Amino acid sequence: MTSKIMIGLDGHGSGERALAYATKLAKVIGSCELVVVYVIEWSPYSFQTPEENAERHKRREEEISTAMDRVINPALASLKKAGFSAKGIVRHGHVADTLNDLSDEENAEQIVVGRSTESGLVKRFFGSSTANLVMHANVPVTVVG
Amino acid sequence: MKFYQKVMLSLGTASALVSPAVAQEAMTLDEKVNEAFAAFTGPFVNLIFAPFPGTSFPWIVMWLVVAATVFTIYFSFVQLKFFKHAISLVKGDYSDPNDAGEVSHFQALATALSGTVGLGNIAGVAVAVGIGGPGATFWMILAGLMGMASKFTECTLGVKYRNEYPDGTVSGGPMYYISKGFSELGLPGGKILAILFSIFCILGALGGGNMFQANQAHAQISGITGAYPGWITGVIFAAVVFIVIVGGVKSIARVTEKVVPFMGILYVGASLVIILMNYDQIGWAFGQIFSGAFSGLGVAGGMVGALIQGFKRAAFSNEAGVGSAAIAHSAVRTKEPITEGFVSLLEPFIDTVVICTMTALVITISGQLISDPATGLYVLDGAHIATVDGNTGVALTSAAFASAFSWFPYVLAVAVVLFAFSTMISWSYYGLKSWTYLFGEGQTSELVFKVIFCVFIVIGAAANLGPVIDFSDAAIFAMAVVNITALYFLMKVVKQELLSYVARLASGEIKKFTH
Repeated sequence: MTSKIMIGLDGHGSGERALAYATKLAKVIGSCELVVVYVIEWSPYSFQTPEENAERHKRREEEISTAMDRVINPALASLKKAGFSAKGIVRHGHVADTLNDLSDEENAEQIVVGRSTESGLVKRFFGSSTANLVMHANVPVTVVG
Repeated sequence: MKFYQKVMLSLGTASALVSPAVAQEAMTLDEKVNEAFAAFTGPFVNLIFAPFPGTSFPWIVMWLVVAATVFTIYFSFVQLKFFKHAISLVKGDYSDPNDAGEVSHFQALATALSGTVGLGNIAGVAVAVGIGGPGATFWMILAGLMGMASKFTECTLGVKYRNEYPDGTVSGGPMYYISKGFSELGLPGGKILAILFSIFCILGALGGGNMFQANQAHAQISGITGAYPGWITGVIFAAVVFIVIVGGVKSIARVTEKVVPFMGILYVGASLVIILMNYDQIGWAFGQIFSGAFSGLGVAGGMVGALIQGFKRAAFSNEAGVGSAAIAHSAVRTKEPITEGFVSLLEPFIDTVVICTMTALVITISGQLISDPATGLYVLDGAHIATVDGNTGVALTSAAFASAFSWFPYVLAVAVVLFAFSTMISWSYYGLKSWTYLFGEGQTSELVFKVIFCVFIVIGAAANLGPVIDFSDAAIFAMAVVNITALYFLMKVVKQELLSYVARLASGEIKKFTH
């Protein structure tokens, strides 16, 4: 039986550390499948100009391909090199909710994320994505410092 | 002492002599603009607002009401049956998670609303109530409810027949559904109607989407700062709009798009507070609205006068049947064009039934309209109802709010400027889409339109309310003449979509996504 681990990347150092930790974990467990996820912060309830709406589909494709190139593909390459079977997902949405939804969809047994990178006012008003995930996730979450 | 008095007196006389002269000199440019504008647009305005022979009832008002009624009956009260479903769609219950990041139903609705919610709700309602009395509100609400069916029809078509370009951008609106829809049904004249619509849409963008906004923004600002020439406001507005639409400084537009919804909420909130503070008058105000609707309560033209004003302002405010919203709604990401139709029917509801009614109630409750205590009828000052300070348009709304909160005119001024600005940005886009439909896309062609648009802001701010409002109405209603004609031919396409959707909703083929 294989175990599925989902890793939330953020394009920063803490995401890298989460990836490194998950790799280590996977080696210990043995037969493991890894899912690398990058969530683009986005809300369906934001306000946009007509012009932004008309170009939205094009921008979305660009955002996804940028995230693939910069974050997901390098991570997948290093995982494959280390001999793991891995897949990558980029999705728009609220970070904590989207990671949780994806863990359900993918039947992941656990989620590994880096500690929060938000600071100052943003954190005070909206809380951190990591803290929100820990509080609401349906599967165990490991937070890597 | 005597000498001092004499000096003061002569100074007084001198200033009394000087100030009108100065004012006259300052007004000359505004007046010239006004006169030339009224003369130029007169014939067009007269044609659109021509009354039925022997009556004072403009045929165009009947045109809109008949259309809204036809669509309401043809789609068997879609605005009532699918109201709940529309809210469910806006909440994202039926949105595929894999489409996250695309334009959501909420975003398409919010964008369309920021183009419609604006001065029509603040100034337009004051014009309606100021001429037609509180009774105009009743007809406005009725027109809003019926207009939901017109909006449903045009926005479904807007999404169905939009153009999707290889680079991923989309363009939609009446010009596309008229030309594509007509050729699909094998009907002649689609291209000509589409061209006509585009011409009127450009005029509407310059009129209601631009000059009316600039004009009322100036009225509100000068109400606070004291009178100064309108072209100054115009030039400032034109400069900012120019920076955004030509200079591509999107950040200004983005900030406005984010502030405007909060302004809208603040406006409705303040209205509710005023209405609740005078809760003992709510019953009386509705009494005025209902009895005024059928008797006119002494307004010019009686019941018909109230009805015309109510219908006119509702149409001008929510633009149902005009076709403009179909341009804004067409950018949504959905596999079912009809879903955007359902969502769009919320637009006249929010705009007219909720926000316009708030304004009307506040004006009525504030007691700004003077009525004769003996007869209960309103006292007339020319065609208008006499008001406490002789205010009309946005100044009347401002005075009504000020009677409860003395500081509110400042908030209202900010709101008016922002609403005017966001409406201008939206309409510059609608106008541009029509312009490029006619003259092709390309930087030079687009620049020409954008410059013309900015010039009209100055003209709008400098001209008087009368000619500007007449031209704005005429241009917007001219769009409705073409659009509704086309909708009659294309409504069976919408019916097919509706029947198919309803069947699949019932069979469970279309279901909610679990989020």
